Amino acid sequence: MIRFLLHRTLQGIVLILIVSMIGFAVINLAPGGPLSQYALTPGISQADLERIAHQMGLDRPLPIQYLDWLSKLIVGDWGSSYRDQSPVLSVIWRHMWATLLLMGCATVISVVLGTLIGVLGALRRYSLFDYVATVGAMIALSIPTFWFGLIAIFFFSLELGWLPAGNMYTVGDQSLGDYAIHLIMPSAVLALVNVAIWSRYMRASTLDVMDQDYVRTARAKGLPRWRIISAHIVRNALIPMITLAGLQLPTIIGGALVTETVFTWPGLGRLFIDSLGYNDYPVIMGLLMFSAILTVVGNFLADVGVALADPRIRLG
Amino acid sequence: MTAIPDPARRAVFAVFRGPRVRKFMRHRLAMLGLVTIVLLTLACFAGPHFLPYDELYIDLRARFSPPLSGGHILGTDPLGRDIAARLFSAGQISLTVGFTAMVLSTLIGTAIGIVAGYFGGWTRTGLMRMVDAFLSFPSVFLMLTLAAFLKPSPAMITIIIAVTSWMEVARIVEAEVRGQAARDFTAAARMIGAPHWWIMGREILPNVMGPIIVAATLTVARAILLEAYISFLGYGIQPPLPSWGNMLNNAQQYLDSAPWLAIVPGVAITLAVTSFNFIGDGLRDALDARSVQ
Amino acid sequence: MTDPVLSVRDLRVRFRSGGRETQVVHGVDFDIRGGETLALVGESGSGKSVTSFALMRLLPEAPRCRISGSVRIGGVELLELSERRMAAIRGPRIAMIFQEPLTSLNPVHRVGDQIAEAIRFHRRMSRSAIRARVIELLSMVGIPDPARRMHAYPGEMSGGMRQRVVIAMALALEPDLLIADEPTTALDVTVQAQILELLKDIQRRTNMAMLFITHDFGVVAEIADRVMVMYAGRIVEGGELAEVLSSPRMPYTRGLLGSVPRFEDAGLRSGPLGTIEGFVPSPDALPQGCAFHPRCPHARPGLCDVDLPDLTAVDGTGHRVRCLRASEPLATENTEVPA
Repeated sequence: MIRFLLHRTLQGIVLILIVSMIGFAVINLAPGGPLSQYALTPGISQADLERIAHQMGLDRPLPIQYLDWLSKLIVGDWGSSYRDQSPVLSVIWRHMWATLLLMGCATVISVVLGTLIGVLGALRRYSLFDYVATVGAMIALSIPTFWFGLIAIFFFSLELGWLPAGNMYTVGDQSLGDYAIHLIMPSAVLALVNVAIWSRYMRASTLDVMDQDYVRTARAKGLPRWRIISAHIVRNALIPMITLAGLQLPTIIGGALVTETVFTWPGLGRLFIDSLGYNDYPVIMGLLMFSAILTVVGNFLADVGVALADPRIRLG
Repeated sequence: MTAIPDPARRAVFAVFRGPRVRKFMRHRLAMLGLVTIVLLTLACFAGPHFLPYDELYIDLRARFSPPLSGGHILGTDPLGRDIAARLFSAGQISLTVGFTAMVLSTLIGTAIGIVAGYFGGWTRTGLMRMVDAFLSFPSVFLMLTLAAFLKPSPAMITIIIAVTSWMEVARIVEAEVRGQAARDFTAAARMIGAPHWWIMGREILPNVMGPIIVAATLTVARAILLEAYISFLGYGIQPPLPSWGNMLNNAQQYLDSAPWLAIVPGVAITLAVTSFNFIGDGLRDALDARSVQ
Repeated sequence: MTDPVLSVRDLRVRFRSGGRETQVVHGVDFDIRGGETLALVGESGSGKSVTSFALMRLLPEAPRCRISGSVRIGGVELLELSERRMAAIRGPRIAMIFQEPLTSLNPVHRVGDQIAEAIRFHRRMSRSAIRARVIELLSMVGIPDPARRMHAYPGEMSGGMRQRVVIAMALALEPDLLIADEPTTALDVTVQAQILELLKDIQRRTNMAMLFITHDFGVVAEIADRVMVMYAGRIVEGGELAEVLSSPRMPYTRGLLGSVPRFEDAGLRSGPLGTIEGFVPSPDALPQGCAFHPRCPHARPGLCDVDLPDLTAVDGTGHRVRCLRASEPLATENTEVPA
């Protein structure tokens, strides 16, 4: 187990290094590089730009600049926002909770519904339910999340008036129930794609497990059907899903971005879009790196989860 | 070179031969998708000729006309432009961007996948770690960052989409090639001293065409979706040039008064993306070597 | 004489796939008594495993697979039971051990828990009583240090140990009948001998009936009281062990005996290492007449390829053969089975 963890940690560190190189390359892609923001300042001269470049160390060779940028990244100096000069990490920190709440709810919905639909589809393969679930999942995968959000707002807020059209809470209310009612639509919209993905993989994984010899053994033991399904089929079929959950992290973060935009949810996605509007490059870059690192860490945790759930990996 | 059995030509044609074509035709959803795409493409490219209005014609007296009024089949937008006309010419852009981005990203992904799978060792490790790293970025974030830094012309949007969606293809191709590189004809070709590029291009590539075609079809679907995302957020195709994504740009604020602004382009996107996904699914069934025979 | 534990009459199994129906078991009859071991022998594809799975009702469900005939255990007709009531039979009445010790156990559960599970859903017993029983079972099947090993995962055990766990699991409720489907095939020779010894020993103590499925006459000679040889979904020869081994009547049986690599037991002449040429016919393309005739060195054209022979008694000992030429004097005694 310890060797496994060390190995995975090492892999994660290598991955974060490559991620940081891509991030650094993206910064330098901006016309004029990180200087571009100053270049827009009215009345700035070429000499001024060069002086700033020298101050920022931009006249040094790229590898040196990269190492400098990387070491700052590691010690938590991610620069400060152009908008209010507060450090990027604290800006991200402030907006993170709303996004985590939204992603958490959406993940719970997609895991529960996706598992249910996937397992049922596998147990009743080729039934009407399975067919509808298969086609439904493919259509769900094809609907743009933001458009589904718009349609949901149109029906549930504008036509029926059941749910609020956006925001995280009603100003002046902020009770738990108020948060909850604001959460329903965005988390359902964000969950849609993931329910589809999860149910497809769960179906395949369940079918795989159902053919295994140990399921036959469980039947030969005379176990009740529910016990065979829960302890021997679903239990084992869920193991690869932990890895999938890690791999799906970027999708769900990306989905959160558009969902937050449509529902004016005050999370990282809103922050990202707002920062784009202000050309707030430090925050944009910070969010880009943050989301990638979050994914790498998420995948690492998924690996640990798989090891905990599967003794073959833990002990192998 | 005649000493080497030439699986190349055989395999290229085998992909489209006999039982596979029939199998694809039997896949009802895939056929439905194919027909939809053909009709949609025809409508987008030929449709504008049959409409009374131009997609850029502004008629402020006819703002927010609901569908089926005053010769506007699908209504008008906040500037009184005909939505049907805009939908069709937006479709030309969105489909072209989606298709071109697919070609580009498939080329990138295939090249990287073949090189990684063929050479193996550190080449493979390095390239596949890069694939993992790219996959760690939420593609919408990466695309928006690039789009914010670079000037978003349709060509640039296409490149940005391609740059952020080649990884799946690379993974699939790499896995396939790893199996192929160990096969006899590859060894035979290597033995007579065929150069690496020749073996990769003529011996291996044709044998992994099936999975590439499937992945490419699904990439079109993905590319159309991605274009819609960034154009909706205002960083993709820039008005006045219409795209399905940017037609939805302001739809939210008129959701109450003019819901057709949101519904019409969204349906078009969903229809196109679903169709490509269905086709991809059918192709997967038909081209998966194990499921034929 | 005591009533048989298991009584099978006219058992037929048909599979349906892609609109085509294929019959793989064509009317099999047999009984097994308590304490008795019946060996069911045949090549792969002969229908012996399907027969054993049919008894356990472990085959796919109705539209894909149809079982007809009668399977009675202690007076209960298994083929008419609901799935729920069948589950109550599996374990306490019939248990089964399988061919693949490496994959028969769920890799994510501890072996002790998997055995306990077999008890828990059939008996009202306290946690500690179940635990004690698990330890008892593990030591009975010869697993050293059972109190510790019960916490191991299958992946931490060798194939032989895992097969012992599967056996412990099958014996947990002291079944009336144990079906062993090639339980030693995947194991190496010394472990194989240990497992056979273990099964014999347990049977002596519990008076359990056993249906032992194998393709290996060496194993049959070790363990069986009676033998049935199966070919293309039919019983082609059956009788007391010594009777069948010493004077096999059906050319197929003789071929199988010739296929046994080492043979010192049961007073059998050790002939040259024989094999049967050709393959078991596909169940949806059975030849007319005796299904074995295309491979049979003694097949007589115009006879064996026309009529399907019945399973008929050859003498008073219960030795039965399905061969048109079985009643002829053994003029072919010197004709060697083709090598």
